[in-house]
This record gives sequence, C-alpha cells and structure tokens, in this order.
Amino acid sequence: MRTPAFLLVCFVIAGIVFAAAVAAGNDYVFFAGYVVLQYIVLSTAWNILGGYCGYVNFGTAAFFAVGAYSTVAVYKLMADSDFYPMPLPVLMLVGGVVSGVIGFGMGYLTLRLRGAFFAIATLALAVVLQTLVVNWDFVGGSRGAYILRPEVVPYIGSYIEYLFLVMLLLAVAALTIARLIERSRLGYGFATIRDDELAAEASGVPTLRIKLIATTISGALMGMAGAPFPYYIGYLQPESTFGLDYAVNSIAMPLIGGTTSWVGPLIGAILLGSLQQIATVTISSAVNLLIVGCLLVGFVIVAPNGIIGLVHTYWQRKPEDFVGRRRVETDAPGSVP
Amino acid sequence: MIFSFDLLINAVISGILIGGFYAAVTAGVSISFGILDIVNIAHPAFVILGSYIAYIVNAKLGLDPILTAIVMMPAFYVLGAGIYQIYYESFEKRGQESLRGLAFFFGVLFITEVSLVLYFGVDYRYVEAPYIGPTWHFGFVDIPFRIMVPCIVSLLLIAALQLVLTRTFIGRAIMAVAQDQLALRLMAVDPIRIKRIAFGISIATASLAGAFLIIIQPVEPSVGRQYIGRVFAICVLGGLSSLPGTVIAAMLIGVVESLTSTFYGPSWAPAVSFGFLLLTLAVRPAGLLGR
Amino acid sequence: MTGASATNNLLEVDNLGKRFGGFVALENISLSVPAGERLGLIGPNGSGKSTLVNCICGTLHNEQGSVRFDGRVVDGVAAHKRTHLGLARSFQLPRPFLSLSLIDNIRIPLLYTVAARGTHHSASHLDARCMDLLREVGLDGKARGMPRDLTQVEMRKLELARAMASEPKLLIADEAMAGLTHSEIEDILALLVRLNEQGVTVILIEHIMRAVMSFSRRIVVLVSGKKIADGRPDDVMRDPEVERAYLGQ
Repeated sequence: MRTPAFLLVCFVIAGIVFAAAVAAGNDYVFFAGYVVLQYIVLSTAWNILGGYCGYVNFGTAAFFAVGAYSTVAVYKLMADSDFYPMPLPVLMLVGGVVSGVIGFGMGYLTLRLRGAFFAIATLALAVVLQTLVVNWDFVGGSRGAYILRPEVVPYIGSYIEYLFLVMLLLAVAALTIARLIERSRLGYGFATIRDDELAAEASGVPTLRIKLIATTISGALMGMAGAPFPYYIGYLQPESTFGLDYAVNSIAMPLIGGTTSWVGPLIGAILLGSLQQIATVTISSAVNLLIVGCLLVGFVIVAPNGIIGLVHTYWQRKPEDFVGRRRVETDAPGSVP
Repeated sequence: MIFSFDLLINAVISGILIGGFYAAVTAGVSISFGILDIVNIAHPAFVILGSYIAYIVNAKLGLDPILTAIVMMPAFYVLGAGIYQIYYESFEKRGQESLRGLAFFFGVLFITEVSLVLYFGVDYRYVEAPYIGPTWHFGFVDIPFRIMVPCIVSLLLIAALQLVLTRTFIGRAIMAVAQDQLALRLMAVDPIRIKRIAFGISIATASLAGAFLIIIQPVEPSVGRQYIGRVFAICVLGGLSSLPGTVIAAMLIGVVESLTSTFYGPSWAPAVSFGFLLLTLAVRPAGLLGR
Repeated sequence: MTGASATNNLLEVDNLGKRFGGFVALENISLSVPAGERLGLIGPNGSGKSTLVNCICGTLHNEQGSVRFDGRVVDGVAAHKRTHLGLARSFQLPRPFLSLSLIDNIRIPLLYTVAARGTHHSASHLDARCMDLLREVGLDGKARGMPRDLTQVEMRKLELARAMASEPKLLIADEAMAGLTHSEIEDILALLVRLNEQGVTVILIEHIMRAVMSFSRRIVVLVSGKKIADGRPDDVMRDPEVERAYLGQ
C-alpha cells in the first residue's frame, strides 16, 4: 500500500475512533484513550531506535518530560503576552524540536560507543535532566507546576476531546513515519546497524549519521508526545513526569508487540495500555506495573519476536506477507520466524 | 554557601568512607559487566533485596545485619547462578543479549522493586546494631561508626575478591573467560560454568552490599534506582574490570558527591554521579585506569 | 607492474604499525599496489594479515604510518567513506546481515555506496543487479533465503558478492576460499580474474598456495607482523627466509 493510501486509511480509522469516543458520551473514554494513544506514540518512537537500530533507550521519560516542561516554560513565558494561550500544535513543535536536539546531542556524545554504554548513558541523562528540572524554579522545581486548561475549543468540544484528537493525529503521524522509514533506504540502513555495524560500515553505510537520525527522530517524537501532557494532567510534578514507568512501558510495548515493524508497537501499546487502564481502576497501580514487568520478562524469554512473531509461528505465514519488507529477527536455528 | 574548613574536611572524610561502601556495591558489577560483559542493570535491585533480608532478620531475630548477609551469601550465589543460566539460554546463546538481554534485566529490576513495594510498602526501613549510633570525634572531625564499619568491611570484601581473582584457579579462569573462551575450552574448562560461577559471585556480593546500605541509611524500594547510574559510573571510571580502580573511582565519586551535597545542597547530588558517567563516556570511556 | 612510480599506485601503505596494548600486531609495513595488480598476501595464522586489512579499510585505527588510496591520504577517514572511494573487502569470518535476505544483503552496498557516487538506479534495475551478483557466485537460487540457512562455504561466497556489489577499484578478498572444493576454487579464481580484467585491483589473502600461485602476479609475505618478502611469486617461494618462516612449517 502506498503511503498516501495508508494515510487516508489511517485518517478514516482515526475519524471512526473519534466519533465512537464522542458517541460513548463519557469523558473517561477520552482520558483513558489519551493515555493509550500517548503510548502508541512513545512505543513507536522507542522502536525506531530500539527495534530498528538495536540501541536501547532507557530514558524515554527524559525526552517525554522535556516536551512537557518545554510547554510549561513557554506557558510561563507567554503568560502575560498577547500570544497566550499558545496553540497546542505550536507547543508540540517546540517540544519536538527541543527533544530532538537533546536526542541529537545525546547521540553525538555516546553513539560512538557500544550499545550497552549508550543504554546506560540514557539512564544517566534521565536523572541529570530530572535534577536540572527539580532545581529550576521557573518551571516549578520540586513543588511542581500548575497549568490552567482552557474550557472549550471551538468546533471540537471540551478540552479533553481536543487533547484526544491531537494525540490521535500525532499517533497517525508517528505510525506513518515509522512505516515510511521501514520502506525506505533508511530502513535498510537501520537494519544493518542492528545486525552488524562493522559490516555495515564496510558496505558503505554511514553508521554514525544514521544512528543520529534515529535518535533525533525518536527523541523528537517523544517530546511531541510530552508537550500536551501538562494540559492533560493539570499539575506537573518532576517525580511522576520523569517516572520509570514511561521507560518500562515504552520498552515493554514494542517487545511484546514485536519490534520488527510499525505494527508491533501499535499492538503492544493498545493491548498493554488498555490492560493498564483497566487494571489501575480495579487494582493498585503497583500491581499494574508488576504485571508489565512480568509480561516484559516473559515475552523477552519465551517469545522474542513478540506477538507478531507468535502470529507467524501459529499461522506459518511468511513474514513478507505480513509486513512490507522481509525482516525477521535472528532466531535459534531451525525455528520458524 | 558558607565555606568552613571543618565542613570541608568532614565532607571529604565521609565521602571517602561512603566511597568504600560504593566500591562494595560496584564490585559485583565490575565482575558482571567489567569481566563478563553482561549489562546487569538489575544489580541494585539485588542489593536492596539484601537490605530487606537484613532488615527482616534484624527486626525479628535481632541478628547483626552483616552477619545475616554473610549467611545469606550462598543463597544469593545460587540466585545469581540461576539467573545467569536463564540469561545464557535465552539470550547469550542466541546472540540477542544487546536488546533483549538488557530488557530482561530491566524487567527484573522492575519486578524486584515493585514486589518489594507490594510486600513491604514504601515506608523507610532501618536496622539496629551497636555500631550504628556512636561517632568518633577527633577535634572537629566526626566519623560516624555506621559509615566507618561498612567501609572497612567493604574494603575487606574487595581485598578478598581480588585475592580470589588473582590467586585461585577459578578466579583466574574467570579473568580468562573474558579474554579467550576457546583457550579455556582447550584446557577442558567449560566457559559457561565459569561464567555462571562468576555471575553467582557477583550477586553474592550484593547480599553484603545490601547489609551495608541499610546500616548507612534507611531503605525503601526505590532507593536502588539512585545506584544504577552511580554503580556504572564508578565501574566505567575505574576501568571496568579493575577492582583497585573501582575503589579509587568509588572514593572519588563519594567525595565529589559529598562536597556537592554539603556546599550546594543534596538535591544536586544525583546529578553528580550521573553527570560524571556521561562525561566519562563522552571523553574517556576507558576510565581513569583504563585498559 | 612493479617499479611503477609512486603516483601510479592505487594503494600506498607507508610504515604502518598497529599495537593492541603491549602486543605489536604490525610493524613497519610498507606496501605499494599499482592499479590493475593481482597481489597475493600470505603468511601463517596470526601474522597480522587481517589486522593489516582492517587498518587499510579503516575498521581499525593504526597508530603509526599512513595509508594512501587513489592518490589521497585516508588516515582518519571513516570506513564507510573509504568504501565510497572504492575500497572493498570481504571478512575472513563471514558477517552477513542476519535479518536480511540474501538479495537484500547484496542490495546494501548498492544502496549506500554505488548510490553515494551519484548513480541512481530504479528499483527493478537494482533487483536485476543484485541477482547478477548472486549468479556470479552461484547463489541466485537462494536469493530470497536467509543467511542462517546457508552453509559456511555459501556464506563466504555471499561475503565476496557483497564486497563486489560496491563496485570497488580495489577488492581485498580475505580467505574467501577456505573449505571450497577444487572446482569451487576454480570458479572463484575465474571470477576474480574476470574482475581484474574489468579493471578491479585484487588483493588475495589465502592459505591455499595453489590458488595464490596461479592468481598472483606479485606476492607479499607477512610473518609475526613484519613483511619479510615482496616480489614475483617464483622469487618469493625460493626465498630462504620465506621457506623457513612459512613454507617449512
């Protein structure tokens, strides 16, 4: 399916989803749905660097929070100006750019090293950024920051419906970008970096440049997902914004769904996200996180190719029937991908 | 910032002592990451586990935490050996350790921490021991026993580890497995067995480190997270597999953290070790005493 | 062929040295390879042949000495740029892209090296080119297959085909013939000769003396990181030092 056609299908599905949500008549659907959509973006963004390139990012929260705090900074800067309140798409752009720059910088510092060092460095980044924010009074420091949410948005409805719609469109954008990458020369480049960087260099692949592209896109998308968050939550606190649950989820969802294509993070986010929304209401959030952790460990050991892999094994289909390009994870010899 | 000589000296001394303790926490990672090349970011979780076990035994039976930890070391060893076996079968054998192995340990870290929260709650726990209260006073220098005792025992632990690694057959085999697995096989030594033993030892050290931790400060499940970056920062700074390097790097970081905390406030302290880590990785990944 | 002036040489290695910690892997290696040459590089295991290749290609960084390719100094130039300049190598231990099919493995150098030089092919042209290359090494039947289903011998052929795919000026074939049958060796030799006749300079690293002798117009011998002989095959084989260090073993 060519990309314009894919986009059209996505818009149609998005339209149906939004209409269904409005028809449900319950604001909770929008609140819960927003979180799931947010995770679709975060997992897809993570997977661009993690699944396609093989570099693990433990600092999803850092990039997400940078987007959120950019919004807070702009909000406070503009509070007395004529531009208040800034439209959400502009804020998302700002968040995306700042996060993208940080992603680029991170990459430049650490991507010459092995993947393991990069992963540890992302952990360090998250803590350093959190400490910076906690000590920066302009954005509220450790006390947190309040964001006033406007009441209504013309043509669309309540503000939460607007947030939902915005995140829905961002999700469509993220999935389209991921799919576009997969089908392009860049996708091949990513795969060679995952498989064997030395051989990739010898074949003429500019590995550093490509890895930087991956970290920048990944970071930017995460920042864009974080930008509307202050409006969603109303009160932003460093502890929870930089929380480790963003990292666990953005890693667990692609690994459970399947890292080889854009479909994996989508499946993982919908399944795991919905599960968590239900669990948080019925059981405690700690048990919720325990379930995520156990599922992560379980899938990683038993089903390394995620749900996509299980589907293949069960239906004995060739991977190229399912996804646009033949890309199969390395498996134990003899087993079907 | 009120600069006073007393404050400075005390900050440096407590930094060095805490550094000794940090070295004990890092020793396990020097083995698992430095020698075996396994990125066990869940190591701090095992340390916290050790803390909680010391806490229960201390609360219920009144036993000394360090003694408890030593008794528990074989159990931790078995746990470590088991985890390595799972890691090897699932990831190392299939060549998947970079992505999935990392995610595996991350999941283990998470599961451990959340399980502790569910079982013990988020209240701070502490232990009682005769050396936790008193403090030595030398003029204006204060040395709390509760920091000094773990530091001394830590250094003993590291000395013992160094002896094992350099003087015993198993120890030298462990050092060798990092460099040349084929040569080991030709000597009829199974590299997988050696790695299992090494990883078991690495987790066993966590038991003791956990006891030290809860002696020095009250513990709650998320305390482990602060140590992830610290431990890898020290490990990398110290040259990955060098135990003496680890001690020096640990004390260095301990002192810098202590000075930052004293003169700039404790809210800046986490940024220190993690910032150090980023700096080291960017500038000199081989560490101070790098190989 | 030998005795060409310095400006004619495609590859110039000047006093190259490489150490790993305290271990000296290469010492004072100097080598000139004129365009169109068929050079054989031989030496016992561990003599530093692959290390030399790694330094020439940029996979490893040599602390001492200098490498000049096609008239320009390539010290410090990233490996992928050297490939763009026309330097290609196959790895001694095959390193295929395991998650890509064979045809996709071949596609990578075409996408990244050939395209970087300005030639843009349509998708179907690319496919055809990949199949041609696979056919040259006899792997066209397995084009859609995965590297893990290949035998060791087939993987070496894939290695060679992938190196050829970058349309190099200089191809370094690192032990591409290990484990091949007599007729397979003949096939690969014929392939390399064909390449050479099309203008590709070839450096052949091999242990199979028959192949080296029949292919090379010049032979360089490496022992323990030092070059001990450099000249016509017959002369080199008669050199007493070579006999003692290498052939006599």
